[in-house]
Amino acid sequence: MTQRITPSLPPLAPALAAIALIATAPATLAADLVISNWDGYMAPDIAETFKAATGLEVEIVNHATNEEIMGKLMASQGAGYDVVFVSSPFAEILNKQGLLAPIDHAAVPNIANLYPEAAALAYDPGATFAVPYAWGTTGLCYRSDLVEGTPDSWSALLQPADALKGKVTMLATDRWLMAAGLLAQGSSVNEADQAKIDAARDLLIEAKKSLLAYDDTTFYAKLVSGEASLVHAWDGWCNYGIAENADIRFAVPKEGSDLWVDTMVVMANGENRENAMKFLNFILDAGNHAWAAQNILYKVPNKAAMESLDPALLEQFPNMAITPAELAGYELMRDLGDAQPAFSRAVSEIKAAN
Amino acid sequence: MPAFLRRPDPRALPALLWLVLFMVVPCLLLFAYAFFERGTWGGIVYTFTLGNFARVFDPLYAGVFLTSARIAATATAIALLIAYPAAYAISRAPRRRQPILLFFAVLPFWSNYLIRTYAWIVLLNREGLINSLLTSAGYTGEPLSMLYTEGAVIVGLVYNYLPFVILAIYSSLSRLDPQLAEASRDLGAGPVRTFLRVTLPMTLPGVAAGGVFIFVLSIGNFVTPALLGGGRFQMIGNLVYDQFLTANDWPFGAALGMILILLMLLLLTIQARLTDRAAGTRPPAREEAA
Repeated sequence: MTQRITPSLPPLAPALAAIALIATAPATLAADLVISNWDGYMAPDIAETFKAATGLEVEIVNHATNEEIMGKLMASQGAGYDVVFVSSPFAEILNKQGLLAPIDHAAVPNIANLYPEAAALAYDPGATFAVPYAWGTTGLCYRSDLVEGTPDSWSALLQPADALKGKVTMLATDRWLMAAGLLAQGSSVNEADQAKIDAARDLLIEAKKSLLAYDDTTFYAKLVSGEASLVHAWDGWCNYGIAENADIRFAVPKEGSDLWVDTMVVMANGENRENAMKFLNFILDAGNHAWAAQNILYKVPNKAAMESLDPALLEQFPNMAITPAELAGYELMRDLGDAQPAFSRAVSEIKAAN
Repeated sequence: MPAFLRRPDPRALPALLWLVLFMVVPCLLLFAYAFFERGTWGGIVYTFTLGNFARVFDPLYAGVFLTSARIAATATAIALLIAYPAAYAISRAPRRRQPILLFFAVLPFWSNYLIRTYAWIVLLNREGLINSLLTSAGYTGEPLSMLYTEGAVIVGLVYNYLPFVILAIYSSLSRLDPQLAEASRDLGAGPVRTFLRVTLPMTLPGVAAGGVFIFVLSIGNFVTPALLGGGRFQMIGNLVYDQFLTANDWPFGAALGMILILLMLLLLTIQARLTDRAAGTRPPAREEAA
């Protein structure tokens, strides 16, 4: 686009160039494959190693949130992207919208590396449209030197002991915030019943009084600094705290928790479907997939990759050793569909409450 | 219609085009979105509705507006109280030293907003700098909980926008003819009376400009409440952010945004009126080229 602009053009040229840039879909340039992922969620040298293995040029774009990439995919109907990393409820939505290409198992032989549980997830039995990339659960991350006993219930977070008041944080993302209240009352993390959503909301408004903050990104740092003693945390993120302070532990409440899955999907309107399958196969290679476990400290649903991990890693980060059978026993987070506005409203009510 | 629109100077075209493309068109889009229904998966379903505007007046969201207005108004009041004396002192400093003083006032603004806000987290948190200093000074009680409070949000807003307020008031003060204050004193008014009857009224446009500036930016702010309020204080900016980015409810987010824009236009109009009135009371120092 930019080469066409020469200095001799009138002053309107910059503005016109800006329009032209906006009017163009994601620049595909000469890439053989366009991937969108969260920043840092793959090996930083993935483009080079993939090129060395397949000769294919890959262009990587980042998205910050599921919602951000969903907006782009809905707008372009997926055109301009080949492989996209999204959480499973969003993969479900994309599939319902007809935007996903079926996973060609013959072209992705490494899919055999997946645990049987990972290929039988309720939203997509047989991994027909989404390949799980990482999975885990949500629970309580705490300083064992500051918290008495093991906090083994959601009530430890929602009705904290006096010593912990003002020293707990909760996740702010609507699904997980609501999940804590719902699970505490024996409801589903995908609850559609308004009365149960309201009850969870009331519980969470009450819990807000003893909360230090809502925190999705720095809760483990608050544990390390001692600002917080007990935080609502994703398993993998708790590990970042454990890495800095060995007194930090992770516990899954006895009432149960959610199973979250981040997946790789192939866009039906992408131009490089065959290359996309090659990329999935490349990631599912035991060594490549193990990168995520070793570096992001997330469990990967890849049996060969998990078995290749250094046992010392599992010892240092015990939640890395949660088995696929245990994970499958948690409640899979699904797309809410028509219940989404009820969740959104409940979350607004919680956040606006004083 | 303003003169520059009736007969635009061709040299202003790139800027005008920029403004139309990236300001007027997006605002119109937002305005249009606000009248349609949300798509279940995000985006817009083109069915006309006034429901989004009706929802703005739902007690829940109206309450968020009121909370935001209260926080923004408090930040505005505090900022004006700090900025006016600062601007006054700068305008009374020797003329050659004024630029450097202004430079220092604006200096913090040249660092990244997020970094400046994070600095407050480092200062205020329970294990932070202020609490450690207190402890080393012999304080033995529970660490003070300063962060994640409404006060912390207000401090963050005041700190971040103060340079603009100082600049706005300074520009009014520096244009004020010092002879007017002298005349007032010669006619027997004391310093307080001179300030209240002469200086303050004539610099009201600067106060209004700075005040509207910080109020408008504060009421729509979503970063500071999220970081310094720990997400415990929902402001209207957070609500708009949530509608677009997590609730997938663009039309409602757009309706909230329109209300914010209307509020801003209203305040700017009031500010312009104040400026006009002040200009009317000012002696015609020189004839403006009409």
